[in-house]
This record gives sequence, structure tokens and C-alpha cells, in this order.
Amino acid sequence: MKQNRASAGDTILRLLTFLMAVGVVGLIIWVGWEMFSSAKESINAFGWSFVTNRVWDPVKQNFGALPFIYGTIVTSLIALVVAGPIGLGVAIFLNEMAPGKVRSLISFLVELLAAIPSVVYGLWGIFVLAPLLRDYVEPWLEKWFGFLPLFQGSAVGLGMLSGGLILAIMILPTIAAISREVMAAVPDSQREAALALGATKWEMVRVAVLAYAKSGILGGVMLGLGRALGETMAVTMVIGNRPDILPSLFAPAYSMAAVIANEFTEATYNLYLSSLVEIGLILFGITLVLNAFARLLVWSVARGPKGGHLV
Amino acid sequence: MGQSLTIRNLNAWYGDNQTLKGINMEIPANQVTAIIGPSGCGKSTFVRCINRMHDTVPGARAAGEILLDGENIYAKDPVELRRTVGMVFQKPNPFPAMSIYDNVVAGLKLNGLRNKQKLRAAAEKSLRMAALWDEVNERLNYSGMSLSGGQQQRLCIARALAVEPSVLLMDEPASALDPIATLRIEELILELKKDYTIVIVTHNMQQAARIADSTAFFLNGELIEHGPTSEIFMNPKEKRTEDYITGRFG
Repeated sequence: MKQNRASAGDTILRLLTFLMAVGVVGLIIWVGWEMFSSAKESINAFGWSFVTNRVWDPVKQNFGALPFIYGTIVTSLIALVVAGPIGLGVAIFLNEMAPGKVRSLISFLVELLAAIPSVVYGLWGIFVLAPLLRDYVEPWLEKWFGFLPLFQGSAVGLGMLSGGLILAIMILPTIAAISREVMAAVPDSQREAALALGATKWEMVRVAVLAYAKSGILGGVMLGLGRALGETMAVTMVIGNRPDILPSLFAPAYSMAAVIANEFTEATYNLYLSSLVEIGLILFGITLVLNAFARLLVWSVARGPKGGHLV
Repeated sequence: MGQSLTIRNLNAWYGDNQTLKGINMEIPANQVTAIIGPSGCGKSTFVRCINRMHDTVPGARAAGEILLDGENIYAKDPVELRRTVGMVFQKPNPFPAMSIYDNVVAGLKLNGLRNKQKLRAAAEKSLRMAALWDEVNERLNYSGMSLSGGQQQRLCIARALAVEPSVLLMDEPASALDPIATLRIEELILELKKDYTIVIVTHNMQQAARIADSTAFFLNGELIEHGPTSEIFMNPKEKRTEDYITGRFG
């Protein structure tokens, strides 16, 4: 009797947890499907030209996503270029150099960065970062690197550079935390092997730690990139919100997530709404592929290097 | 050529735990010296002091003198020291992201050697000394991880030899290997003592008896007895040595 009751409980538990797990998968498929069907009108109307058209004109019912794709990619790249090396440096310091107490304190503070709401980042961007860029950084960049089209034009402070830098601060904890995790997974025997050959501390980090952990670190950077691509609020507040494609990083631009958030309530007819949803669909696709790729990289580290087993 | 080692009043600690207590010992050049003793007796700590790897562990420290051909190693830069005193570890630890060739020349590249021809010559020489050349010369570009455990350990020996040390420390180098791979490593050690001073930690007393010229018995952080291997095994002076050798503890 008793046994029956126990096995009935197990069956219910298995069923319940199974449903929960399947529910998550179902949810993703559902979201994808709903977006696809809502975007159908715009897909039928514009086809592939939607992603190559650089005009976004709701009055003439002419919609192209290119300015938003451009703004998202440029700001995300700025974020990567800035946050990648810094995050890696933080991880190296915390894992290989810092004494125990400093390590836990700084790790905690770095991870706290991830807990700050993005609207707060946005406010900080408007009141601190943008004036700083406008008054000091952008004039300096123009003075020394003004021969590049990237650093020309008037310094307004609100634009792709400030958007990218805000994103850099926001993805820094992701990159630092994951890099630190994969570096911590490097066996000490690897470090000792390098030290015993007469490696200095930095040489040890390079030969034994970074080489061993590189695909995991790359995975962490990819996850950071995924976060940067989808970030909405902070970017909207500092990017300038103008659907233009300009070479200068000082120039205002627009991002995919920002346009959806800003114009969704203003979309007065179906094609307008459908076009916004299609932008969301493209963003969804990009982040999905990127995250899957990043996961694969992180797994490949956990499984061990190619052509052998971990000793 | 190998260099001799003189250890004077060596003490070592992990935190508050003293793992070596007043060790005095002479290690002659171009001989194999085996360190035996039960687990936790300080034998690994002892060899890790000789190339100052002990210092790299947080909270670990050492005091005393270790003279390498008369020069105190604690007066030297540890990075420089480790190029003179090479080490092979218990588990084979080739760099997994590197090819066989890159593993062997890793130490030379760290020293700043860039000349391709010299690197290649050094790689061949080291692999031949480690008795691995004939098995890998066709596939130097393969991952070091593609080799068997015994081959990986010989690769690690080749990597240690490539920087041309004068002393080679081996911390239970065959304990993770099968008997045939172990035998090859032992033959190699006998071959290498012509050019190097070898200090080998082993928990395998037969191994010490087979390859060591002299053997030192450690217990609880103290050096109990050190003498010619035959004497230690046939006619130990200390009761505790005899008890350990005959398997009464440990």
C-alpha cells in the first residue's frame, strides 16, 4: 500500500516537472511564432528589402530596419571593444593576483554592477556620461583622431558613443564573472607546469590560463554581446533616437530595441505595428543564435579540449 | 652537467602547519636520489622547496638554506632558478592548447628564443633524450593531449629538459602510469643521470630500489635516514626506516 502511494507521488512529480520543462521550450516557440505571425504583414509588404532599406517613414508607410540594425550593431561593438579587455583584466586580477579578501570584495562589487536597474544607468548616462563626453572626451578624440570619419562632427554627447559606453559598463559584470569562472576552472597543474618552466606571473597567465580558457572567455564575451544587443532603456535614453546611418560615433542614432519601445504606442495602423514586430523578430533571431553559439563555446571548455581528455 | 645540492636546516610551513622540520641533506651531482616515506611526510614539500614552487602556494613559507653548487637559491630570482631546476609532476600536465612541438619548446620561447632552426633542433634533442622522438616525429603538430598517459609524461620530461636545467625534480612521475609506461620512465631516468642531478619522490619502494643511487626516508616532516640505496633497504640504521621498508606502517 505504502509503496503504491510513494510511486504515485513520483509519477506526479515527474509529470509536473516535465510539464514545467516543456513549458519553457513551448514558451520560446510560442513567442517566436506569435512574433512571426504578427510580422507577417510587414514581411509580405517589404520582403528582404526591409533589412536593406535605410528609410523609416511612418507618414509615407515606408519602413526599413537598416538604421536600427546599424545602431544596435555599432553600439554593441563599442561595448565589446571597451568591456572585453577590461572585463578580462578584472578577471585576471581577481583570479590570479588578488589576495582572498580583496578578491571577494571586488567580485561582489563587480557583480553588483549587474544589479543596477538599466533606467538608472540611463539617467547616469544623461546627467554624467553625456556631458563628460561632450565637453572632454569627444573634443579630445576629434583633435587627435579627427582624420578618421568615426571621430568627426559636432560633439553633442548623446549618440552612438555614449550608447556604446553605457552598454560597456552594463556588460562588464557578465564578461568579468564568466571569464573568472572559466579561469578558475583551469587546473592548478597547468599553472605549475608554466611556473616550473621559469615563467613569470604574466607569462603563466598567458601560456597556462588564457590559452586553456580562451573559448570559455569567448563564450562569456558572446553572452555579454547578447545582453548589449537586447538592452533597451539605457540605450534609448542616451543614443539620440534618430534613424540615421552616419559614420561618426558622435552622431545620434537609433537601436532596434529602442525603436520598438518608443514607437509601439504610436503605431496607429497595422503595417506600422507589424514592421515594429518584425524588427523585434530580427533581434530575437540574432540574440537566439548568438546565445546558442556562446553556450556551445562554454560547453566545449567544460568538456575539455579537442583531441584529448582533461588530465 | 648536473649540479649538487646542499640543504641546511630547511623548515617549511603551510599556514601554521609545519611540514618540514630542520632538514639537513647532501644531494650529489649526477646521481638519482629517491625520497620515500608515507603520505603527508613532507617529501613533496621537500622537492617543491628546491625549485621554490612551495613559495607560490598562498600561505606557504620556508626557512633555511638550499645551496645549488654552493649558491643559496633563496638569494636568487625564483623565475631564474626554475630554469636551472626543472620539475616533472605527478600527473602529466602538457598544455592542451599546444601541439607536441609547441609543448616541448614552450620553456625556450618563454626564455625569448625565437630562432626557428634552433627551436626545432632543441625540440628534437629533448624529445630524443626523453625517448619520445621515434613515436612522435611524424606528428609534431598534433595536440599533446592525443598521446597516451605515458607518452604525455615523457613529453613533460622533454619539455622540462628543453630549457637545459642542471637538476631535475620528479614528484611521483610514474604514479599515474601503467607498469610498462613506468618501466620506460625508469629506464629514462637512469639514462638522464649522466647529464642531470635527479631527485625523485616516490611512494613505490621497489622503484626507489631499482633506480636510486641514494635514498632518503622522511617521516612526519623529518629526515630519518639518508644513505646508499642498498644500505637503506638491506641494512637500515634506524628502527623506523626498517619498519617502513618492511611494510609495518605507511
